[in-house]
Amino acid sequence: MAANENEILEGLAQIVNEETGLDTSEVTSEKSFTDDLDIDSLSMMTIVTLAEEKFDVRIPDDEVQNLATVGDAVSYIAKAQA
Amino acid sequence: MTKQRSVVVTGIGATTPLGGDAKSSWEAALAAQSGIDTFQADWMTDHEDLPVHFGGQLATPASEVLPRPEQRRLDPNAQYALIAAREAWEDAGAPQVEPERLGAAIASGIGGVWTLLSAWDTMKDRGARRVLPMTVPMLMPNSAAGWIGLEFGARAGAHTTVSACASGAESIGYALEMIRSGRADVVIAGGTEAPIHPLPIASFAAMHALSTRNDDPQGASRPYDVNRDGFVMGEGAGVVILESADHAQARGAKVYAEIAGVGITSDAHHIAAPEPEGREQTRAMDLAMADANISTADVVHVNAHATSTPVGDMIEAKAIAGLFGSDADHVRLSATKSMTGHLLGAAGAVESIFTILALQQRQAPPTINVTDPDPELSLDLVRDTARELPAGDIAAINNSFGFGGHNVALVIRSV
Repeated sequence: MAANENEILEGLAQIVNEETGLDTSEVTSEKSFTDDLDIDSLSMMTIVTLAEEKFDVRIPDDEVQNLATVGDAVSYIAKAQA
Repeated sequence: MTKQRSVVVTGIGATTPLGGDAKSSWEAALAAQSGIDTFQADWMTDHEDLPVHFGGQLATPASEVLPRPEQRRLDPNAQYALIAAREAWEDAGAPQVEPERLGAAIASGIGGVWTLLSAWDTMKDRGARRVLPMTVPMLMPNSAAGWIGLEFGARAGAHTTVSACASGAESIGYALEMIRSGRADVVIAGGTEAPIHPLPIASFAAMHALSTRNDDPQGASRPYDVNRDGFVMGEGAGVVILESADHAQARGAKVYAEIAGVGITSDAHHIAAPEPEGREQTRAMDLAMADANISTADVVHVNAHATSTPVGDMIEAKAIAGLFGSDADHVRLSATKSMTGHLLGAAGAVESIFTILALQQRQAPPTINVTDPDPELSLDLVRDTARELPAGDIAAINNSFGFGGHNVALVIRSV
């Protein structure tokens, strides 16, 4: 069943927390993965892999570079689930 | 000949089946405790057919020490090394050293075996796309050296010596040479292993290398006892901070002992069995003493490799007896694997720490479980309780041997 955007944000925040130790409350829509959350490319790929499984979606490698902010990722996943 | 730079130990750290740090591990060893127990792990229920159901797991699990992201991003192999390295670095007083003069030499016999096998399980169950991007940095055997180099900013080289169960001792020998040759002033050196997974257990058991004394785990590691039936697998890490004596003195560091010499040989005999006469084991000890400019007359303690295998223990004992002759009378022999189990690539490092502390505190640690000593053992084995070592300038040898025919002897001297 598709999750709504709040549920996706929550799930993504959990993945980011597990991977980086950042508090889930830090992971908000407007945050940039690289500039605000200090996530390197290897961690970003890990987060994408985990998110694909969690939300049962496919995020092609070409798309990952377009996911600058947490909100971008939430929107992409929501659309991909629809 | 110009005098070589002296190399001293200014910090120690460990996590072992006996304790979560070097001090508690050493105190448990002096108290003749066993770190061996039956596995309680979840995976055990899926593998009841394993011939071995026990081993030496960490006294303090890494999950109680490291934050969650480090548990996820580092294989247990590197986690244990990082725990030991942080303790050692702090114990050394966090030396001020230029990054270009700081090295790391962290060994492992196997590397990130948990990561490799879990990733394969993931791929078989859920497909190639589910394999995580951190798999390679986690499974590579140099991962621990890389992480430690990163954490402490070591730019004089981060190395991983791989020589099975001699790896941890070889890394300390390698670090010694790094400082002697002038490549570094301080080196974070040691070994780590996290082999307690059903596959390594099944593999070592297939060689008949492991004790199968499932009904008496604490009594299973019994080096030199007539009823020894194989080694007991353990996990953990040991790390020392090695430093040129000049550098240590200039910063007023406390000094535990001197790493005075290393001797390395190889059997060229068999891929797994030791050469029966122990010729190259003897030569490793001889080379280490020559390197340290000492003789058998100066050695009062040997921490033996002695893993509790029927064949290996006596080859080493005879090599020591043959080399030392009448000087064997003043050697206190200890086999601490009787308490820790065999930590494979970490063994040589943890046992070096025990040897360093034995010299510093003048206490040879006990060998437990020797109820019926092998009649061929002629050496003075420290059984059941620790025994005092003499005052004055004393030296000890720590032996480590590994599958592949690797022999490493370290000479450690009191300060």
